Amino acid sequence: MELTNLTITQIHQALIKKEFSALELCQTYLEKIEKEDKKINAFLTITKDLALSQAKRIDEMLQINREIPLLAGIPMAVKDIILVAEVKCTAGSKILENYIAPYDARVIKKLKGQGVVILGKTNLDEFAMGSSTENSAFFPTKNPHDLNRVPGGSSGGSAAAVAANLCAFALGSDTGGSIRQPASFCGIVGLKPTYGAVSRYGLIAFASSLDQIGPMTKTVEDCQIVFDIIKGKDELDSTSVESNLKSEILNLKSLKIGIPKEYFVKGIDPGVEKVIKEAIKKYEEIGAKIEEISLPHTEYALPCYYIIAPSEASANLARYDGIKYGFSKAKSEKRKTKNLLDVYLKSREEGFGAEVRRRVMLGSYVLSAGYYEAYYLRAQKVRTLIRDDFNKAFQKVDVIFTPVSPTPAFKFGEKIDDPLKMYLSDIFTAPINLAGLPAISIPGGRVGNLPIGFQIIGKPFEEEKIFEVAKIYERN
Amino acid sequence: MITKEEVKHIAKLARLGLSDKEIGEFQKELSKILNYIEKLKEVDISNVKPTSHSIQVENVMREDAEKGKLKTKKEKLVELAPESKNGYLKVKSIL
Repeated sequence: MELTNLTITQIHQALIKKEFSALELCQTYLEKIEKEDKKINAFLTITKDLALSQAKRIDEMLQINREIPLLAGIPMAVKDIILVAEVKCTAGSKILENYIAPYDARVIKKLKGQGVVILGKTNLDEFAMGSSTENSAFFPTKNPHDLNRVPGGSSGGSAAAVAANLCAFALGSDTGGSIRQPASFCGIVGLKPTYGAVSRYGLIAFASSLDQIGPMTKTVEDCQIVFDIIKGKDELDSTSVESNLKSEILNLKSLKIGIPKEYFVKGIDPGVEKVIKEAIKKYEEIGAKIEEISLPHTEYALPCYYIIAPSEASANLARYDGIKYGFSKAKSEKRKTKNLLDVYLKSREEGFGAEVRRRVMLGSYVLSAGYYEAYYLRAQKVRTLIRDDFNKAFQKVDVIFTPVSPTPAFKFGEKIDDPLKMYLSDIFTAPINLAGLPAISIPGGRVGNLPIGFQIIGKPFEEEKIFEVAKIYERN
Repeated sequence: MITKEEVKHIAKLARLGLSDKEIGEFQKELSKILNYIEKLKEVDISNVKPTSHSIQVENVMREDAEKGKLKTKKEKLVELAPESKNGYLKVKSIL
């Protein structure tokens, strides 16, 4: 039995039957990481001591035949933008390279309560800004399916770790596609929950009206298990919402799937299009009704996103000032930083990488005096139209199917020198964040050796329905 | 095309130190991105209300009362600061 291939339920059953111990499982994973992560570079920090002590605790419970939760003893990885108490949290940035998290994020607290085993923190584009992990201040992560290609981003470390069996599951965060696009590139399952479904407490903020934490897993069932634990209202995140929408038993004969015509336009890789079309056909064959729909403001979603996200980012990243925490020039020689303003300018100049600086500049520009109405306010109004498009579509259909990314995983260096080209990676995922909807990426097929995901979008808080629809594909 | 002066002005607002070389780079890059987002000008937004929040939530209220001690110790947070003195963050004089 290859221990690192197992799903959450399989591990749980094996632990109960004492086929192996939580400690053995944990050590197997740690050894595999030590051996194989050298070529993939998925991890920024390995939390070996934490993992071993968590695993031992589960074994103690098993020894006295105590019942254990489903996630107890399951080895997992955490995107390095989510705080785990007493563990370094860098956000992929030099400005936080020595920052030790003083507390647990809400999702971590919930998962620790279940008895998970935390193996380490995974690589990402700096402050989750990017689509390839090439913006990490430390090193890029490689795609386990082809080491010359990117794993996607920003949650590329988490996606690669799951795909290479370096953890049973991982957490990511998604602001414009950062869970779904790497899930697609690495051939795993990734869910961006409805905005507000999961608490953002302890998630280092990028764009607060768009950010969500979500699971990255090997199967849809695993995704559902993790989501059920991390979701829910949290008084420390006032935007979080309690939702217990149970979807009615799914009747395939009455399932209506919408296909937005604006998502199948030129620019999409023919291989990707073929995979999606075949997936759609599969659902049609088993009785679902396929309907062409229109989301007329689709072409405005990406420019809208690239006003709103950098605006919010420029405000959120103002906290990195070289005073409160993180990289600082405050102590450098007197003549270099004469006054407080110098401390700000120099700390941020050296602490932030190119893409972060670009977005802070862009956000500051569009929010600056005289431009607010022309850019930010206009973008917020366009955001309303984008949301209305989805609302109208969902009056006719239950779920919407689209590609996740217009291309398979691309090569290192292919887009990094052209910010706009890189931004286009988010063209099918960013609109969903603007509308706050839940969406999953599940493996649909391959182009050559490279996995291709397709995206299932649902109504707000209908993650359950998305899971049921996705499971149909996995089974067939 | 935005001007070098504008780039410098924005960098100052953003408290971001820039080298001379970067000023030129940002001038080109930001102009290109701004050009792209100009596309939104095509959209008719008359009578459209702005969305700041995708999922409708009412204002969340709580009683204005002390809720017990903070779980994260103050010292732990102060320790994270590059410079501190007597439990306070230290900053350069601004006067």
